[in-house]
Amino acid sequence: MGGVPRRLAGFLELLEAVPDRADRIQLLIDVADRFREVPPEIAERPFPESRRVPHCESEAFVWAVPRPDGTLDFHFAVENPQGISARAMAVILDETLSGAPLEEVAWVPGDLPLEIFGNELSMGKSMGLMGMVGMVLAAARSRAGVAARTG
Amino acid sequence: MPDSDPIEQRGYADTDVLVSTDWVAARLDDPAVRLVESNEDPLVYPSNHIPGAVEVDWTRDLNDPLRRDYIGPQQFAALMERLGITPETTVVFYGDKNNWWAAYAYWVFQLFGHDRAKLMDGGRLKWEAEGRPMTREVPRPAPSTYPVPQRDDSAVRAFRAEVQEHVKARRPLVDVRSPEEYRGERLHMPEYPNEGALRGGHIPGARSIPWARAVNEDGTFKPADELRQIYAAENDVEPDDDVVVYCRIGERSSHTWFVLSKLLGYPKVRNYDGSWTEWGNSVGVPVER
Repeated sequence: MGGVPRRLAGFLELLEAVPDRADRIQLLIDVADRFREVPPEIAERPFPESRRVPHCESEAFVWAVPRPDGTLDFHFAVENPQGISARAMAVILDETLSGAPLEEVAWVPGDLPLEIFGNELSMGKSMGLMGMVGMVLAAARSRAGVAARTG
Repeated sequence: MPDSDPIEQRGYADTDVLVSTDWVAARLDDPAVRLVESNEDPLVYPSNHIPGAVEVDWTRDLNDPLRRDYIGPQQFAALMERLGITPETTVVFYGDKNNWWAAYAYWVFQLFGHDRAKLMDGGRLKWEAEGRPMTREVPRPAPSTYPVPQRDDSAVRAFRAEVQEHVKARRPLVDVRSPEEYRGERLHMPEYPNEGALRGGHIPGARSIPWARAVNEDGTFKPADELRQIYAAENDVEPDDDVVVYCRIGERSSHTWFVLSKLLGYPKVRNYDGSWTEWGNSVGVPVER
């Protein structure tokens, strides 16, 4: 079992250094502004249902594309034009987990959205964002050949 | 996408509770009107909003921080004073997700008798789609004076024990969640909460009328004759019925509560805000699939 991927740990440290809620929200909005949709050479509309994130009301989709070194690149689409949190989540997952060792990605905590967005998320919103994380984790676990932790 | 008919031509029981984006645009500087944005996504209002709009956040502003309930009368008065709202102020709610959270905030305001309240038809998405102005500037309203109101839940809110009696009496219940949630079929993955409930299904006898049936593609409300067709003709939920609506936590059902009680004028409609997260976790209550 690996530790938290280095770039993700760095991002969480950065967030922790921003205790003011308004500043943290602004930081996350700035993150969302960096969102780039899945490139057309990987997927085009209509996106396959198999890539749809369960529970996500922002209609997010996730792709995991192998790199030559065996790690994965993560790509996203978010159909809801008001899905700013979903876009921020996508950017964070891509920037911190694409290319990271699979055995580390596989054990990223599934409740990562609560750590990033706080406990003020609605149940629907948190389940959607956790669904995005879950798809990334599932792809990493599948490729790394590790079973999901149970219990 | 065809434009919806003007609100006053849609046959609603009360045309005063719903306003168009044009109506709002003409009153951005009206001190008697306070625009309130309420969203599910906490990043949406700070990213931009209608000029002059203040934010009411459903968790931080409307919910008691400790127990599962809404704020009390004193906190409500303090919130109104912070937002520059008086009992005479017309509050216009709008937000993301087809106004789910705006309708929820509207409904919570009814607990405190603030009935000078309206929803903006089509919500935030329609305003943006029309290319109307947005800003990141957060207004700082001059604090107002708002007398501490009485809170009265009885007219618009149903509690679990009342819903149990409602079931026994075979009175109409409307489940506004998706058909998959209604049937207890929503897929879930390991490590995920299953809709926040230990059991899937619906309250016995509830009709499945997903909230979205009440709106057009652009998020505006359908005219009254179409709404009557959906609720009364197709589902036997009649104007003289005592109706309880519910969803997962009470926000989508606030939207349907607004449709039935305000747009169609049903006199007795209550929102069971405990909804499935309470019912589906309760010991011994009946569940149907």
